[in-house]
Amino acid sequence: MGRSFLALLRRDITLALRRRTDVLTTLFFFVIVVSLFPLGVGSEREVLRLLGPGVVWVAALLASMLALERLFAADYEDGTLEQLLLAGQPLALLVLAKVLAHWLLTGLPVVLIAPLIGMQYYLPQTAILMMMLALLVGTPVLSLIGAIGAALTLGLRGGGILLSLLVLPLYVPVLIYGSGAVSVSTIAAAESQPYLFLLGAFLVLALVFAPLASAAALRISLE
Amino acid sequence: MQLNWFRFAAPANFYPLAGRLVPIFGVIAAVTVLIGLYWGFFETPDRLGGTNPQKEYYRIIFIHVPAAWLSMWLYVVLAGWCAIGLVFNTRLSYMMANAVAPTGALFTFLALWTGALWGRPSWGTYWDWDPRLTSELILFFLYIGYLALHSAIDDARRADKAAALLALVGLVCVPVIYWSINCPDPNQCAALHQRSSLTQMEPNILSAMLTMTFGLWMYSFASAFARLRGIILEREAESTWVQELVAPASREAIR
Amino acid sequence: MTEFFAQGGYAFYVWGAYGMALLLLALEIVSLVRRQRTILARIGRLVRMRARGGEQ
Repeated sequence: MGRSFLALLRRDITLALRRRTDVLTTLFFFVIVVSLFPLGVGSEREVLRLLGPGVVWVAALLASMLALERLFAADYEDGTLEQLLLAGQPLALLVLAKVLAHWLLTGLPVVLIAPLIGMQYYLPQTAILMMMLALLVGTPVLSLIGAIGAALTLGLRGGGILLSLLVLPLYVPVLIYGSGAVSVSTIAAAESQPYLFLLGAFLVLALVFAPLASAAALRISLE
Repeated sequence: MQLNWFRFAAPANFYPLAGRLVPIFGVIAAVTVLIGLYWGFFETPDRLGGTNPQKEYYRIIFIHVPAAWLSMWLYVVLAGWCAIGLVFNTRLSYMMANAVAPTGALFTFLALWTGALWGRPSWGTYWDWDPRLTSELILFFLYIGYLALHSAIDDARRADKAAALLALVGLVCVPVIYWSINCPDPNQCAALHQRSSLTQMEPNILSAMLTMTFGLWMYSFASAFARLRGIILEREAESTWVQELVAPASREAIR
Repeated sequence: MTEFFAQGGYAFYVWGAYGMALLLLALEIVSLVRRQRTILARIGRLVRMRARGGEQ
């Protein structure tokens, strides 16, 4: 079981890296969205400092969602997905491998690029570190929940927009506590602790339940 | 007795039953709503004092709160039928879920609309990122998501199951979403939307509100069963009983 | 009577709320009735078409 997990993980990452542009476009989308806000709302330090956490999180949501379409699409089109369903391995585990690959390629880069964004928004150092931590815990949750939506909308026309409609409401708790964690860190780092614990709880729950729901959704979409 | 109930799990058998139920629920709804409205408008004080003073506009409560309660209850009903459909694989359960969804979405929108019109004179603003209004908005998106997913899938079986799974995921997420909006700062949970609880409400107002809730609940039965009949006809159009129902004389006319 | 309609000056809000409720419920009822008729008519046409086609 562990070996098939790793094999699938490695395969997905290799395939994605061959089409590096896909990975990079998501990242650049994130950067562009974040950079557009100061142009729209004005570049006053105080305003940006207040908006920063929220903007970064919304951009992270949108970027994660953009990349979700591709989570299952390629494998669905060439029949690999059906084979995965028929394989003797638990489908939830295989889904988890794909989601992990997806997160490593879209969520993790967002975490790593956060300091640059933090500087754009004049966030203090503690806030930037807290942002990285919150994104680190929160973006996997986005990938996990998003996978359910991706599995449900497999192969549908208008899939991307529909996917956003389905998945964005479910992202709300992560958004609220994720940006909250960063906002209060400006007062004191310790203030963010409850937020991070909640995000951690979401991550644990999502790790347990989301792959199961995605697997069920895949079976529904492929029968 | 047990056998009798399962008989109605077949669309063909439930169709006539639903047809008889629609007018019954419709009449009960109309009467109860009229009583509720009369009670609410004429048997209650014009103004409220106390910790949360309200003027005549508070009468919106008789439509706003029932609509909000029903919007939430109907989502639970929707998810319930979806769960039954997924577990027992019964067509009619999925059809029932589809029948309930539009009415639920309607009440959600109504709750938001009436809430905004109540908010303007009492809080000074049409919209406020108040926890309850915001979670009601998210609930509206969940309904729309269900309807959109179902209509985007052409194959009826896949549509039913996919939308059902979505509804269940949504149901599980609703408490989390509500809690996160209500309590954005885990260090201290902010005070709620309305400070007055049900027990502190003037009895006439409470009764009128509950009457309206019951009346609109009856209405939702009527509209759901009516919609269900349409769904049954569409889905079972190829079956003999529908064709007999629609054009029983067709065989005679041809001869 | 006018007092009832004025609702203490808040007529816009109160009737705006109840008006929308009435509108939506009426629309729903009308749409359900019309939809039922349309479906029955459509299936009826299909059935009659097939019966005629079968005869030929």
